[in-house]
Amino acid sequence: MDPLALTLIELGAVVFCLGLLARLAGRIGMSPIPLYLVGGLAFGAGGIVELEGMKEFAHLSGEIGVILLLLMLGLEYTAAELFTGLRKSWQAGVLDLVLNFIPGAGLALLLGWGPVGAMVMGGVTYISSSGIAAKVITDLGRIGNRETPVVLSILVFEDLAMAVYLPILTATLAGVSFLGGLTTVAISLAVVTVVLMVALRHGHRVSQAVHSENSEVFLLNLLGLALLVAGIASALQVSAAVGAFMLGIAISGATAHSATRILEPLRDLFAALFFVAFGLNTDPSSIPPVLGWALVLAVITAATKMLTGIWAAKRAGIARPGRFRAGAALIARGEFSIVIAGLAVASGAVPDELAALATAYVLLMAIIGPLAARYVEPVLKAFVRPVRVPAQA
Amino acid sequence: MNVDETDLPGLGRRKDFMTASGRRIGVVELREGQTELIVSTWDDPDTCQASIPLTGDEAATLGNLLGGQHLAMKLAEEHREIPGIVTRQFSIAPGSPFQDQPMGKACIRTRCGVSIVAIMREGEVLPSPGPDVVLHPGDLLIAVGTQEGLDTAADILRNG
Repeated sequence: MDPLALTLIELGAVVFCLGLLARLAGRIGMSPIPLYLVGGLAFGAGGIVELEGMKEFAHLSGEIGVILLLLMLGLEYTAAELFTGLRKSWQAGVLDLVLNFIPGAGLALLLGWGPVGAMVMGGVTYISSSGIAAKVITDLGRIGNRETPVVLSILVFEDLAMAVYLPILTATLAGVSFLGGLTTVAISLAVVTVVLMVALRHGHRVSQAVHSENSEVFLLNLLGLALLVAGIASALQVSAAVGAFMLGIAISGATAHSATRILEPLRDLFAALFFVAFGLNTDPSSIPPVLGWALVLAVITAATKMLTGIWAAKRAGIARPGRFRAGAALIARGEFSIVIAGLAVASGAVPDELAALATAYVLLMAIIGPLAARYVEPVLKAFVRPVRVPAQA
Repeated sequence: MNVDETDLPGLGRRKDFMTASGRRIGVVELREGQTELIVSTWDDPDTCQASIPLTGDEAATLGNLLGGQHLAMKLAEEHREIPGIVTRQFSIAPGSPFQDQPMGKACIRTRCGVSIVAIMREGEVLPSPGPDVVLHPGDLLIAVGTQEGLDTAADILRNG
């Protein structure tokens, strides 16, 4: 068959299947991410059918998917929100980092994957899925809850931490020397600081530069600029994703809202392809051997996120049920864990088992997270007698 | 009254307060411009029993109902000394004959001796409105008059 025709047929079939999977996920009320990953596993090396023709396209789409994921993450927050978030919740943020980085890093060392593997797995277990968390909070009608700002500010802190972590990871994976690594980190920290300052003072100018009433012009401006910034950041070894994230932060106000609206369908498509591309490169037969470890890691890091949430909510003066709700909302891991694992796998600096473990882990956490958030309260009520005396009217 | 304002990064802003009965009540203003009315459960003020999405019109109407009730109660209190005087609220429904018309066109005072002492609009009070004030759907008129006069006024406002 003509290779182009083959690629189109494969791509069409995959995207169509993803649509079916997303619909199934919506029907049973779960995040589509685990299903996308399973889809990728099924179509990749060692899967049910191996799709060779679309591999190249899937790879590039995956890269674009990461850029769009991070760009939209940046669009969600204004620089001012990031600063207040940082000021108000850095203690909780640091506790979150310590408690949730260590289990992943420790297991990687235990399995003999070295410091690079530890760096990667620490990141995978650290970062909660802000996409899943936000959806859970909205779906369960918890936007007005008192613990919600606590959860959101921890997520904000994590996203800022990502902006520092990703460049360090990129440098580590590229195997640059210690001195070279320090330079990269220094450059990235300087860039992050400068962008935040610029965004805070002159965000409206950046917004003006990309904004257009014509949605076509706006989309092309925005996408072009995002890819350019990501490419330049990548050339400076600061990580393409962070470049896109910073651009997202610099764009603010009404422009950010319309940008979110306009990019959403593109993000959905390319992010789905990103999860598939990640799954494509993982051999499903490599998963069962690491499933046990993934389970252990899942249990430990569910508990550590729970502790983080409980501690942070308690500090904010929230009663017991709210503390548990805050902890459970943070449990889900998803897109960003896969972004980190994907960077590591693409660099070839980590063993293949790491990809398998990360896949299995995210599969578990993306399913457990929303379930935990939904059922933590009924479970808590069944086991603990209510302490609070209802207020008198 | 102490209203707490809390930022919800990425989502919007929450404004709420504690009622005397121990429930937290307020609104969440979402980024995309929607408003949600939130009411906490009775046993856990941290959580929400209901979060009800409201359109702009609905939020304004609810604000008028609550504010109007308060105003009407105050007026009734002041008129208690004068027998025969009653305070009542009339809302301008969409499709009312006086929608988008100056209030003077209804000639309420001339026809039934009823005074419109205030209009509640989008949570704001317009005190002593003149005949030139244009009525909008969702407006709440606070009227003072006799029982019969108010009945007539209600009929005028509904049917022209």
